[in-house]
Amino acid sequence: MNIEVANLTVSYQRKPAVHHLNICFEQGEMWAVFGPNGAGKSTLLKAVMRLLQADTGSINWNGIARSDIAYLPQQSDIDRSLPMTVFELAALGLWYEIGFFGRVNAKQKERVRAALARVEMLDYAEQQIGHLSNGQFQRVLFARMLVQNAKFLLLDEPFNAVDAGTTYALLEVLRQCHQSGQAVIAVLHDYEQVRAYFPNTVLIAREKVAAGKTEAVLTDEYLQQAAAAMHRVESPQWCAA
Amino acid sequence: MNLYDYLIAPFAEFEFMRYALASVLFLAFSGAPVGVFLTMRRMSLVGDALGHAVLPGAAVGYMIGGLSLPAMSLGGFIAGMLMALLAGLVSRFTTLKEDANFAAFYLTCLAIGVILVSTNGSNIDLLHLLFGSVLAVDLPALRLVAASASVTVLTLAVIYRPLVLESIDPLFLKAVNGKGGLWHLLFLVLVVMNLVAGFQALGTLMSVGLMMLPAITARLWVKNLGGLMLLAVCFALLCGTAGLLFSYYVEIPSGPAIILFCGGLYLFSVIFGWESGVVLRWLRRGKHHQYQEPV
Repeated sequence: MNIEVANLTVSYQRKPAVHHLNICFEQGEMWAVFGPNGAGKSTLLKAVMRLLQADTGSINWNGIARSDIAYLPQQSDIDRSLPMTVFELAALGLWYEIGFFGRVNAKQKERVRAALARVEMLDYAEQQIGHLSNGQFQRVLFARMLVQNAKFLLLDEPFNAVDAGTTYALLEVLRQCHQSGQAVIAVLHDYEQVRAYFPNTVLIAREKVAAGKTEAVLTDEYLQQAAAAMHRVESPQWCAA
Repeated sequence: MNLYDYLIAPFAEFEFMRYALASVLFLAFSGAPVGVFLTMRRMSLVGDALGHAVLPGAAVGYMIGGLSLPAMSLGGFIAGMLMALLAGLVSRFTTLKEDANFAAFYLTCLAIGVILVSTNGSNIDLLHLLFGSVLAVDLPALRLVAASASVTVLTLAVIYRPLVLESIDPLFLKAVNGKGGLWHLLFLVLVVMNLVAGFQALGTLMSVGLMMLPAITARLWVKNLGGLMLLAVCFALLCGTAGLLFSYYVEIPSGPAIILFCGGLYLFSVIFGWESGVVLRWLRRGKHHQYQEPV
């Protein structure tokens, strides 16, 4: 079981954001997607979710279905002024099980509560989502992801605009997920977080610069290569072939 | 004169009042929930734009089939859907936002509609199309409204969950089932259908009022979704009936009278609304919950 990215190119208005990229995320692995601003990290994740059209190459979900992947987008579009409680939002993680008409049974309710407890939000279960702070809201979205019970967790900059306390609490949750056999793939831009929590890293600058064990990838040499690559891709000669 | 004479007698006495009441009740039951979704999806003005788009379609229907309700309704429905789809398509393939495209299309549609009606009919017809006449609702019109209301309520019941989800977190819905556009489209069909159902009674300009105003007003009183829909329907029923009676007694067109009652209730709620009315906010200012020692 894995997610295989083969020769992937995705572009916005003919400018490639991800360029001929190959990477394979195996079941149970924990990966950080790291790189400079505009390196195509979020684009890669969206493409993996098949939310974007690929110009070349393919995304192969080998032995997994859409329901095996939980995706936490960057700065979600959720309108928090809408009427919804914390519990209801977290319970959306049950989508695949309840579908259009299904009721949430007692066992599932217990799972939602357990997920909220893991992110320390159980006390807020009946609150409206409009009353939450950014950090609390991100915790609830994490709970929703946990409820999904997916084999692969994809997170796009999950700690943007989130306080340090929440960040480390949630990183700890991710570590537990990894230990219990779930694959974690997260776009991050904090060097220290990646070094401390993520065994594997793929460093990209529109193209793949390096991938593998974090300590082997996050070296000065590769990081300089990534920065240089970002300059190169802005030049008109790039990808003339 | 007692209460019966004021409130019941007009309906008991006159068939056209009964038909009018029935059609307003149907419109309230289906339109108000649709309105709640429109406000929730920040599409309050899209309903208005679609209402204007219905006009040229109805006018073409009028030119082809004369003053026939099925022809005008079909024309209106086609024009409304066409505009919704075109606006959606243009915003997909250009950098313009959907609301900008809706504005461009509906103004164009309104112009075409007015030209069509004014060159091909008398001004009375134009007024009839724009403002409707609830008192001219006959049995076929009533059947159409009833059918549209039934289809709307049933469809909403089926697509309720994905529609709520798509209103609140479209990206999540896309990630879990990959087809967010379908629910949006189905919902637009419902909006156009309700506008068309309403235009015979209320006119293309006013038909959106019975849909939006009760929904917006309800937001000032409650915050949970079920409550919003229930209250919006109740408001629509109340204002519809009150507006009809008012128009009966003071002899003014019933469509505007109904919408005027909706507007009045809205203003009242802005001031006194329990959830976010001005007065309640003012009374609650600077106060916070205090912990109470359990006894």
